[in-house]
Amino acid sequence: MTGEKRNNANRKLVLSLLVVVVGAFGFGYALVPLYDVFCEITGFGGRTNNEAVAVNEAPDLNREIRIEFMTTVNSYAQFEFASDADSMVVHPGKMYYATFTAKNLTESDKVAHAVPSVAPPAAAEHFVKIECFCFNSQEFLASEEKSMPLQFIVNPDLPDYVDTITLGYTFFDTTSVASAN
Amino acid sequence: MTTTTVDTHAVDHEHDDHGPTKGIKRWLFSTNHKDIGTMYLIFSLLMFFTGGAMAMVIRSELAVPGLQFVHPEFFNSMTTMHALIMVFGAVMPAFVGLANWMIPLMIGAPDMALPRMNNWSFWILPVAFGILLSTLLMPGGAPAGGWTMYPPLILQTGDAFPFLIFSVHLMGISSIMGAINVIVTIINMRAPDMTLLKMPMFVWTWLITAYLLIAVMPVLAGAVTMLLTDQFFGTSFFLAAGGGDPVMFQHIFWFFGHPEVYIMILPAFGVVSEIIPTFARKKLFGHDSMVYAASCIAFLSFIVWAHHMFTVGMPLTGQLFFMFATMLIAVPTGVKIFNWVATMWRGAMTFETPMLFSLAFVFLFTIGGFSGLMLAIQPADVQYHDTYFVVAHFHYVLVPGSIFAIMAGAYYWLPKWTGHMYNEKLGKLHFWLSTIFVNVTFFPQHFLGLAGMPRRIPDYSVQFADFNLISSIGAFGFGLSQLVFVLVILTAWKGAKATDRVWEGSHGLEWTVPSPAPWHTFTTPPKHRIADEAFE
Repeated sequence: MTGEKRNNANRKLVLSLLVVVVGAFGFGYALVPLYDVFCEITGFGGRTNNEAVAVNEAPDLNREIRIEFMTTVNSYAQFEFASDADSMVVHPGKMYYATFTAKNLTESDKVAHAVPSVAPPAAAEHFVKIECFCFNSQEFLASEEKSMPLQFIVNPDLPDYVDTITLGYTFFDTTSVASAN
Repeated sequence: MTTTTVDTHAVDHEHDDHGPTKGIKRWLFSTNHKDIGTMYLIFSLLMFFTGGAMAMVIRSELAVPGLQFVHPEFFNSMTTMHALIMVFGAVMPAFVGLANWMIPLMIGAPDMALPRMNNWSFWILPVAFGILLSTLLMPGGAPAGGWTMYPPLILQTGDAFPFLIFSVHLMGISSIMGAINVIVTIINMRAPDMTLLKMPMFVWTWLITAYLLIAVMPVLAGAVTMLLTDQFFGTSFFLAAGGGDPVMFQHIFWFFGHPEVYIMILPAFGVVSEIIPTFARKKLFGHDSMVYAASCIAFLSFIVWAHHMFTVGMPLTGQLFFMFATMLIAVPTGVKIFNWVATMWRGAMTFETPMLFSLAFVFLFTIGGFSGLMLAIQPADVQYHDTYFVVAHFHYVLVPGSIFAIMAGAYYWLPKWTGHMYNEKLGKLHFWLSTIFVNVTFFPQHFLGLAGMPRRIPDYSVQFADFNLISSIGAFGFGLSQLVFVLVILTAWKGAKATDRVWEGSHGLEWTVPSPAPWHTFTTPPKHRIADEAFE
C-alpha cells in the first residue's frame, strides 16, 4: 500500500480496535447485572429470594428436611448475633417460623443488615422466605437487643437427594452506608 | 486525532533517511521500532531482576521452618509484588520488545504502524512500575493481598491501595496501545505478496495475542475500577453488606486472568516455532495447523476461567463444564507439541544456545501442561487448590515456558541486533545452569503441594522442611545463573562479525537485512522474489 492509502487504512483499523477496547471495558461492567441474573436463575452462590413471595403448595408430610442455621458476624460489626434454635426438621410445603436474636454491643445507635446464603446451591431456589429480617436493614438503639423473625417454606420440588439445607446469615454493620444515603 | 500526525511522521522518514539523534533524546522521543524494542527488552530485564530479588526474599524466608528474616506482612507483599512485576513488568514487556524489534523485520515493514503511540506505550511502563514500587515505602506497606487482588482482603491495603489500582490501569493502557499497534502493523504493513497464511509463526501468535489483549485488558481495568469505587466512592460491587458479591470479583478477574495466561505463552510458542525449524534445518511441520491450534487456544481461553475457582461453591453442571472445557485445551496444545517434535524428526539438528532453550521449553512446558491437566480435574483440584502444587504448575509454564522462550529468542536474534556473535560458551553455561536450577527449584514444590503445603504463607510445618530447603537452594542457583546472561549481553559486541543470515538454517525476511539491522529497514517493501524465498 502507498503512504496515503495506508494512512487511511491504519486510521480506520485503529478506530475499530478502539471500539473493541471500549466495548470490552463496558462488558466488564455488564458482567455485574449478568452475574445477578445468572445467580438468580441457577441459585449460584447460594442466592435466595430477597423479597417476600407467596407459596401455595400442598405440604408433603412424608418427607423430612433438616434445616441448619448458621450465623456469622462480620469482623467490623460489633454485634452479637445467633439463631434461637440450632436446627429444625421441616416438611416441604409447610410454613415454619424461626427467630434470630441480635444485640448491639456498642453505646451508639447502629444500622445492620443480615445477608443470607443457602447451601447446597441446588437447594437455594427451593428455600423460599415468606418474611425475613434480612429483607430490610435493622435499626438498633445503643445496646439494644432484638428478636427478629423468619418465616419460610421449603418448596416440595426440592431435588430428592437434598435432605439437609444450611441457611447462613452474615451480619454486617451498615451504619456508614445508611447515613450516606 | 493523533494517529494522523503519527502516520505522516512515519512517511517523512521514508523520504529523508537520517540517523538517530544523539544522547538521551534518542531514547526519550524515539519513534523507531528497533530503539523502542531495545528499551522494552532492557526494561523487562531490569524488572526480571527486581521481581527475582523479591523471589529471593521469599525463598530465604522459606528455606527453613519458622520466621527468620521478614515480617509475615512483608512476606505477603513480596509474593504479591513478585507476581505483579514478573507478569506485567518482565514477561509481557519482553514479548512486546521482541514484537517491536522483529515483527516489522519479519513482514517487511519500515516501522510499526503507529510509531508515536509506540513511544507512549513504552514510556508509560516505567511510570507504572515506579508507582507500584513506591508502595514499598508507604505507610501500611506494599499491597499484600495477592496479585489476584481479591476483595475484601485487598481493600484492607493501606495507603498503597489507590497506587496499586492506578499502576494496574497504566500497565493496561500500555498493553492495549502496544496491542493495537501490533494488529495495525500486521494487518496493513505486510510485504505485498505476504498473505496471512504465509506469515511467520511469531507474527501469527502475536496477532492472536494482541487480539486477546484488547479483549481482556479493559475487563481488568473495569474490575480494578470497581474495587476503587467500592473503597472510596460508596459503591458495593463486591461488598456483601451493600448487596454486592465478593465472588463476582473472582469471576471478572479470571475472565481477564485466563486469557492473560495465554497472552504470556502464545508469543513463546511463536518464538520456539521460529527457532526449532532453523536448527533442525527443516520447515516447520504443519504451519497452518499451528495457526489454527493457536486460534483455538485463544478461543477456549475465554470459556474456562472458573477452573481457577473450583472451590467457591459452584453448581455441579458449572464444575463439569469448566472441567471439560479446560481439558479440551490440551488438544490444540498437543497439536503444537507434536508439530515441534515432528519438525525435529530426522532433521539435521545442531544445539546452539537458542535451540537448547527451545528444546528445554518443549520438554518442561509439557510438564507444566500435564500438572495443569491434573489441576483441571475438579474433584482432585479441591485437594490441590491453593497449595504449592499450583505454584509448581504455573512456575513450570512461566519460567521454563515463557522465560526460556524469551531467552531463546534473545540468543537467536542477538547477532541480528548487535552484528556480532554472542559468546556461545557463556550462553551454554547460562542454559545448563538455568535448566538444572529451575528444576531443582520447582520440581520439589509438586511434592510439597501434594503433601498439603499451602501457598502464600511465610512459615510451615516441619514435615515440609527438606523439600523447601532444596527448593530455596535451587532458587538461589537460578537467580545467580541469570547473571551469566547479563555477562552475555555485556560481551555481545565482542564476538565475531555475524553474517546477514547469522544461522545456517534460518529463513525469513529478517535475515535478508544486514547484521546489525540498520536503523531504517524496508523503507521500500521487499521485492516479490526475495520475500517469496524468505518465507520458505
